[in-house]
Amino acid sequence: MLSKRLIACLDVRSGCVVKGVNFEGLRNAGDPAALARRYNQEGIDEVVVLDVTATLEGRRAFEDTIRAVSAELFIPLTVGGGIRTEADAAAAIEAGADKVGVNSAALADPTLLTRLSARYGSQAVVVAIDARVVDRRFQVFSRSGSTPTARDAVEWALEAEASGAGEILLTSIDRDGTRSGFDCALTAAVSTAVSIPVIASGGAGTFDHFTEVFNQGRADAALAASVFHYSEHAVTELKRHLKDRGIPVRC
Amino acid sequence: MIALIDYGAGNLTSVRKGFAAVGAELYTPATPRDLEAARGIVVPGVGNFAATSALQGPWTEAIQSAIARGVPLLGICLGLQWLFEGSDEAPDVNGLGAFSGKCARLPQKDGLKVPHVGWNSLHVPHASRLLDGVAEHAQVYFTHSYAAPTNRETAATCEHGAVFAAAIESGNIFGVQFHPEKSSEPGLRILRNFVQLARG
Repeated sequence: MLSKRLIACLDVRSGCVVKGVNFEGLRNAGDPAALARRYNQEGIDEVVVLDVTATLEGRRAFEDTIRAVSAELFIPLTVGGGIRTEADAAAAIEAGADKVGVNSAALADPTLLTRLSARYGSQAVVVAIDARVVDRRFQVFSRSGSTPTARDAVEWALEAEASGAGEILLTSIDRDGTRSGFDCALTAAVSTAVSIPVIASGGAGTFDHFTEVFNQGRADAALAASVFHYSEHAVTELKRHLKDRGIPVRC
Repeated sequence: MIALIDYGAGNLTSVRKGFAAVGAELYTPATPRDLEAARGIVVPGVGNFAATSALQGPWTEAIQSAIARGVPLLGICLGLQWLFEGSDEAPDVNGLGAFSGKCARLPQKDGLKVPHVGWNSLHVPHASRLLDGVAEHAQVYFTHSYAAPTNRETAATCEHGAVFAAAIESGNIFGVQFHPEKSSEPGLRILRNFVQLARG
């Protein structure tokens, strides 16, 4: 049976892992390569490295960071943040990324997803969608959550899938960094609409939040940062917790 | 010297890195003639089966000639599918035909998603040189929508909507539908086994 995946996110700024609340107030949480090594030993299923400030400050994801993290891992590595062109994606992939996450640039031009999937295969193309509840609908935001768009998350997910995205990294801006639980309604709405995998992100605080997002949220994978960052053996213990509750995980 | 055939179907960085981790540096042959020196051949690949049309003609001839010399070959993902007769994904493109049958799309049923992405477990029905040391139910990383049929040359099966060939083995021809270079310890074990087969 296909396992539910646990994905550790390294939000990176200036070569260091940082973590914020509601996309703001970043603080230092360590060396990306050292964290990647620890997660790998603990049995994490995948790693995502996001250059959280790249789009705002007009920088590419740091290739040295990607290279250093990639050297530690023989599991899938996704890189996102500031990937706007095929050349940006190529640089990330050549540095060791297996998949690239595209957000603002895909909103501006969905054919970027098509071009990337034609070149690298759709399995290498992750569309990152940041959404929050606005007037009882799931509104998509761009540019690290700072800019509202006219799009609805489910409609955009379907369009992105049709354009060539192979996975969706779906982040609830409302829940990001709050440790109050994933937005299961948002996740389920998107996950049941598309046939590609949906990675739920934003809000992980307790082990039961993961149980909820896999059951009620219909997530294929769940991504977290601080739950893993600040507690040793969290990955191992979380997997045991999920397994005991009948959720298939890789042990 | 193990050759990694780059026919434009995706990124090969991770495959190179995986083999490097088990002590094998791969070379990329520029022309089919460069396969004459190969002691092992890796056919990687992601994406649409149509991409394998780049292997038709001189590459196929050089690969068949190497196989006839006893050179071990490992197909990974799309590379495994290419070892079969063809695929419903691109009906006009012939595979190598080293294994009988055609690849077909995984059925979308029971709420399962296609593509099949993530870690799934292997069933290893009998001893295999490629999978030596890989435990029954070991989990490996898949990402694909089409899959090859099982038959007596199947070295491992996996199930996602249907049972399909996760690994194949016949003489000196091997294939894996999953990505050993992304499959942590069991994956590296498989790459190491292949390197040992190539070194004879």
